[in-house]
Amino acid sequence: MAEIIKRNKALSVSPLKTSSTTGAALAFLGVNRSIPMLHGSQGCTAFAKVFFVRHFREPIPLQTTAMDQASTVLGADDNVLEGLNTIATKQKPAMIGLPTTGLSETQGADVHRLVKDFRAAHPEHDGIAVVAVNTPDYTGCLESGFALAVKAMIESVVPMDTTRVGLRPKQVNVLVNASLTPGDLEYLRDLFALFGLRPVIFPDVGDSLDGHLTPEDFSPLTFGGTPVSEIETLGEAVHTIVIGRSLTAAAEALAVRTSVPDTRFDHLMGLVANDRLIQLLAQLSGRPVPPQIERQRAQLQDAMVDCHFMLGFARVAIAADGDLLQAMAEFVTSFGAEVVAAVAPARAAVLEDVHAAGVKLGDLEDLENLARAGRAQLVISNSHAADTADRLGVPLLRAGFPQYDLVGGYARQWIGYKGSRQALFDLSNLLLAHHDHHKIAPYHAVLRAGGSSAAAYSPAAAGAEPH
Amino acid sequence: MKASEVAELLNEPACTHNKKAKSGCAKPKPGASAGGCAFDGAQIAMLPIADVAHIVHGPIACAGSSWDNRGTSSSGPELYKIGMTTDLTEQDVIMGRSEKRLFHAIGQAIKSLNPPAVYVYNTCVPALIGDDIDAICKAAAELHGVPVVPIDCAGFYGTKNLGNRIGADAMVKHVVGTREPDPLPAEVVADYAARGIKIHDVNLVGEYNIAGEFWNVAPLFDELGLRILCTLSGDGRYHEVQTMHRAEVNMMVCSKAMINVARKLEESFGTPWFEGSFYGITDTSAALRDFARIINDPSLTARTEALIAREEAKIKAQLAPWRERLAGKRVLLNTGGVKSWSVVSALQDLGMVVVASATKKSTEEDKARIRELMGPDAKMIEDGSARALLNMMADLKADIMIAGGRNLYTALKARLPFLDINQEREFGYAGYSGMLELVKQLALTIESPVWSQVRAPAPWVSTQPVMTQPELPLDEDDMILPLDDGFDGGLDASFSVEAA
Repeated sequence: MAEIIKRNKALSVSPLKTSSTTGAALAFLGVNRSIPMLHGSQGCTAFAKVFFVRHFREPIPLQTTAMDQASTVLGADDNVLEGLNTIATKQKPAMIGLPTTGLSETQGADVHRLVKDFRAAHPEHDGIAVVAVNTPDYTGCLESGFALAVKAMIESVVPMDTTRVGLRPKQVNVLVNASLTPGDLEYLRDLFALFGLRPVIFPDVGDSLDGHLTPEDFSPLTFGGTPVSEIETLGEAVHTIVIGRSLTAAAEALAVRTSVPDTRFDHLMGLVANDRLIQLLAQLSGRPVPPQIERQRAQLQDAMVDCHFMLGFARVAIAADGDLLQAMAEFVTSFGAEVVAAVAPARAAVLEDVHAAGVKLGDLEDLENLARAGRAQLVISNSHAADTADRLGVPLLRAGFPQYDLVGGYARQWIGYKGSRQALFDLSNLLLAHHDHHKIAPYHAVLRAGGSSAAAYSPAAAGAEPH
Repeated sequence: MKASEVAELLNEPACTHNKKAKSGCAKPKPGASAGGCAFDGAQIAMLPIADVAHIVHGPIACAGSSWDNRGTSSSGPELYKIGMTTDLTEQDVIMGRSEKRLFHAIGQAIKSLNPPAVYVYNTCVPALIGDDIDAICKAAAELHGVPVVPIDCAGFYGTKNLGNRIGADAMVKHVVGTREPDPLPAEVVADYAARGIKIHDVNLVGEYNIAGEFWNVAPLFDELGLRILCTLSGDGRYHEVQTMHRAEVNMMVCSKAMINVARKLEESFGTPWFEGSFYGITDTSAALRDFARIINDPSLTARTEALIAREEAKIKAQLAPWRERLAGKRVLLNTGGVKSWSVVSALQDLGMVVVASATKKSTEEDKARIRELMGPDAKMIEDGSARALLNMMADLKADIMIAGGRNLYTALKARLPFLDINQEREFGYAGYSGMLELVKQLALTIESPVWSQVRAPAPWVSTQPVMTQPELPLDEDDMILPLDDGFDGGLDASFSVEAA
């Protein structure tokens, strides 16, 4: 059990944390024909928008209640009602997400009442799901905000009805956390199809933010994602698969509302977790494991054998939101590496189970100090850690949010046998390219013939000598 | 910040449009707004001061999504690239501990990073709970003996433009005039004197050294004997901002946003100022001429003319082959404020046709200049929404959209060539030599072979796929997933909105 080491300084330097508001927005972006409207000042939305645009390289539908000085002081309820009505009338979305910000929470806004007021005032918009969620940026991080939004969507869209379990015998719900990429979700979709199962992935940024050119030249709403009509059917599935401990509360809410049995995974990296998933899919579908999956499993095993030479005892530093941190730590320790520095931006239940001696709640400055002290050979974190890794003189494997200095980070598949194998290769290659410090320092024997010129000896000069 | 102080900042007598409704300050419409906040504007304007510790006082959203997010370059210190925030927690907010945290945060930054000064940016939450950042900054400065500058720029105070002014105002109020410029080294003075050159001190206000672009221009200043005391704020240093009051002339570069600095320096120190741009050959030459005109040193005037003649001849020769490729290409320009006309001149220098320019964030004076440059028929884009821009592109048969990064993926999704002109961009276009980079980037996107490929329909699609959703027959045998798993309340359950 990892020891959780609290924040012990006033100033956060090179922040690792992204706001929970931003995380909630991401969850709403995984719903088809939806748009999140952040209840705060314009900047709250502008920053979140730029953040996602740079990561996904996609246009991002995101709106704001545009609180100004007057509405901040005198009350911004009208901003919310006017904003909802404007979007509902103009864009006709399937869902409007309404996450709060530090500003509106400090002001004391009651968004849940406002949604009721909106419903009462505008029955013509009854077909549009409006989901409010409290995500002030002074608590939690991207991952927890995402999870809160998933829970809020379940509570406001999925009917309370425990009698419909299994009415869709091939449907399996897949609740996914914030750390799964569009590339991961695409893989899950294909995997379930191999078993003849019909996954309802929720939220599905794999369908909305995977980066594809669309026939339409423009959409003010998400283009793709879990349809609201599908979210309504979650109670009719035979089973729910939950990926990520951050979704525990959301999974509980779904179970209570629907009684659909569920199986929970912390992550889907490495052999053990994927074996469990494949076994479950085989059971649910009643079908044998397809030969290509068997093959991928064998390939991962082969890569583990090949790579354990490079990765055994490798000292790894990881900074990420809880679920991703735990996943990466368990993954790298599963082939013999050691986590010498683990940093998370905010508290989470899963942190106690991180495969490391301790988890520091902190920033990238903390990561840098811990990594230096632990003589880390490799850093796993987001793009902000590029300078950290530079200063440490070690390679960086980019994971999590944001990845703005890498094209296609969002498309990368980390999970499954195949994704795990590629991660294994990449980790090994990064270490191989930096493996100078494994080498034994040359020793120039004093007594060696021509010993006095030993200092001037260089391989290039030696190669030029005809022997 | 009191409402009256905000009003005072919005009241800018040096602006020709000041008597009208504040065009930069239209009340934002909930659910249909775009753009940043006052904090965003203040941070963007002051962050390029490279050696200062910039502390964002607030919960994580303000700094967490924005640090290290700017293309501005420094020739020396890199402290500005390190994000710092008090990252307030719920306990801090509820228990009123945020002032204490800020006080210790300032101390931590000074002790661990040893900056010449600390800037503290106030944000919405501490502004709302009433943190007195002025008092904390003052106490911290006294304790540590390091200047600590409060910048009261909570997001809800207003727009990004207001934020620019708040940042600039804090400089005038707290920093400018607190130190005299260092004397130039004797050998430098002697060297210039030997060549008959008198050195003049100038300031640039509103130049951000995006992608290092000002380094295209800086050597020309050295050659002419113009010492840039301070650039506010590109590649700036705290001690340079302190000496701004000693310049002979201030140039407002490409932005009215910090016009309050120029006006206040004129009021307090009598420094004349002019407005100009380093985008394009015409404007770069005009800016250099304006310096010479205002400084009124006949030798400088003569040397400036010689330099302009030499540089223009050189760049025109270099641009000739590119002009042939780009001449007549039609541009839709969607960018804020002054750039809406300064870039027009650069594009016209290349023989390109600007078919429309956005004016949503432009002042009346900016609009007048656009008309002057583009002719009376110039199309002004008031509606900057993505849909309106795309329609305009089609209607005006434009070849390329030039806009800020926010519109980048709007254009690309519509399969249209695009050039990023805003501060997040990775290429520098300023000065004579910057034009070479500009033409290269323009040609790169306009002439790219990808457009014909992504616009062509797949060979098995008979109809044009762009703009229309092909109606493919649903054949259940072709589907990997069963559409119906035996439950007939199922997928088609006519959810009115989905159908809409």
